[in-house]
Amino acid sequence: MSEAVVRAENFRHFFGERQTLRRINLEIRRNEIFGIIGPAGSGKSTFLRALNRLNDLVPGSRTEGTLEVCGQDIYGPGTSVVELRRRLGMVFATPIPLPRSIFENVAFGARMAGVKGRARLNELVADSLRKTALWEEVMDRLDSSALKLSGGQQQRLCLARILALKPEFIMLDEPTSGLDPISTMKIEETLRQLQSEFTIILVTNNTKQAARVADRTAFFLNGEIVEVDRTEKIFSAPSDQRTNDYILGKFG
Amino acid sequence: MKIAVPPRTEQGIIRALLWLLTAITVFILFFIIFYVLKRGLPVVSLEFLAQNPTEMGKAGGIFSTIIGTIALTLLAILIATPMGVGSAIFLTEYTRENWITRMIRFGSECLAGIPSIIFGLFGFILFVTKLGFGWSLLSGGLTLAFMILPTIIRTSEEAIRSVPYAYREVSFSLGSTKWQTVTRVVLPSSLPGIATGVILSIGRSIGETAAVIFTAGSSLHVPTSLFSSSRTMSVHFYILAREGISMDNAYGTAAVLIIAILGINVLAYSLMNRFMRRYC
Repeated sequence: MSEAVVRAENFRHFFGERQTLRRINLEIRRNEIFGIIGPAGSGKSTFLRALNRLNDLVPGSRTEGTLEVCGQDIYGPGTSVVELRRRLGMVFATPIPLPRSIFENVAFGARMAGVKGRARLNELVADSLRKTALWEEVMDRLDSSALKLSGGQQQRLCLARILALKPEFIMLDEPTSGLDPISTMKIEETLRQLQSEFTIILVTNNTKQAARVADRTAFFLNGEIVEVDRTEKIFSAPSDQRTNDYILGKFG
Repeated sequence: MKIAVPPRTEQGIIRALLWLLTAITVFILFFIIFYVLKRGLPVVSLEFLAQNPTEMGKAGGIFSTIIGTIALTLLAILIATPMGVGSAIFLTEYTRENWITRMIRFGSECLAGIPSIIFGLFGFILFVTKLGFGWSLLSGGLTLAFMILPTIIRTSEEAIRSVPYAYREVSFSLGSTKWQTVTRVVLPSSLPGIATGVILSIGRSIGETAAVIFTAGSSLHVPTSLFSSSRTMSVHFYILAREGISMDNAYGTAAVLIIAILGINVLAYSLMNRFMRRYC
C-alpha cells in the first residue's frame, strides 16, 4: 500500500454559521484514483475546494481540524496558497476555457508561474495536449479561440491546462456532468492513463463513473463521510445501509 | 365599458407607435447632423483646418482650437482613465459590498449629476486661482477629468462585474495571484466595456464648453505647454456665435466637431469589434 498524500483529521468546514463538513477523517494515497460520491449538497465539492483552498474566496469560510497534503497542514501558517493551487490542479463541472486561444489557455498557469520562452511553452503545451488526447484534434489551430471547441474538447482542454502546471494532484469536480457518453468515456480513459503520474480525486454524482474508474470511493452525506473503502467493496457489499440505498438509487 | 380590440389590431397599433417614436428619434439626430453639416461644410477646407484663427476668429481657420481640443481631451482621458478604472477595480475586486462602497458609489453618482458649469467654477477656484495653474491645459484637463470620472467608474464597474465569476475561480485555481487574476483575466475580459466608457467620455470632453471656458481659457494661440491657455473647438464655436463674430466660421467649427466625434466613435467601435471577434 502506498503512502497517504492527503490526510484529513477531524476536519470541519463552515460557511458563516452553516457547517458544511463535519469531522472528516480520510486518507488518499499516492497514485490512486479516489472517487467521492454523494447526493447534491453533501459536501463533496466543498471538500475538494477545501483542498486547494478555493473556499477562501467565499466570505465567511473557515475551517477547524487538520487537512494535510504531503504531510503539510495546508491551513497552517506558512502555506503558500498560490503554490498549493499549482500542486492540486482542479477541473470544474462546466468546462470554462478562458476567452483566449487554445495555446494561451494551456499556457496560462505556466505563464502565471513565470515560465518564459516560446520554445519551453510550446513544448509544455504540446505535451499537455498530447496527454489529454487533444493534440491531434487541435494541433493545426492552436491560435484559434478555445471557446470554439466542443464541450468535450473544452473539458479535456481544462485538463490539459492543469497538466501544464505539472501538479501532483488532479482534482475533478463532476467533470463529465455536462458531457455526452463518448466524451465522458474519453475523459475516463485519459484519467486511467494519467494515474501512473498523478494522484486523482474524482468527485462525481454519477455513481457508475466512480465504479468504473475509482480505486477507492468515499460516500459523503450531509457533510459527513459515511463510508470509505475499495470501490468494489462499496459497490458490492457496502457496510452502511445508507451507502447501499444511495447506490441503488433509493435517494439522492 | 371596455372596448374590445382584436389582439392583432392592438399589436399593429403598438408596433406603429413604437416605430413612429424610433423614427422621430432617428430623424431628430439626422436633422441636427444634416443641418450643421449643411451650414458648416462649405466653410471647411484644408486652409480652414490648417490655419490659425485671425481677427478673433472672424477670419482664418481653427487649427489652434483643434490642437487645444485634442490636447485637453487627451489630458483629461489620461488622468481620468487610470483613476476611474483603478477605483472600479477597487470597488469590485478588493472590497466587499458595505456602507463604505455604497457611499463611494453614491458620491460618484452625485458627481455625475452635477452640471458641468459647476465643475467649471470649481476648477476655476481650485486649479486656476488657488493652486495657481492659471487658465491652462492643466487646469482644464483636471477639471474635465473630474467631470468624466463618474462615467468611467460606472461603466468600468459594470464591465468588471459582468466578467463571469467562474473566470476568476479558474484563474485562482491555476495558481494566479489576485493581481494576476485582475490584470490578466478580469481586465482583458472587461476591456470592451471599459473602452465604451472611455469613448463616451472622449465625446463628452470634446463637446464640453462650460467646464472648459472657465479653466482652460480662450487663447487663440497653439498651446505650447501644460500651462498654456487654450481654446477648444466647442468654446470657439460658443464665442463665435455668442459674440456674433462669424456664424459661418462657427458652423464650420461645429461641422468639424461633429465629424470628429462621429469618426472617433466609428473607429473605436470597429477596433473593439475586431478585438472581440478574435476570441469571443
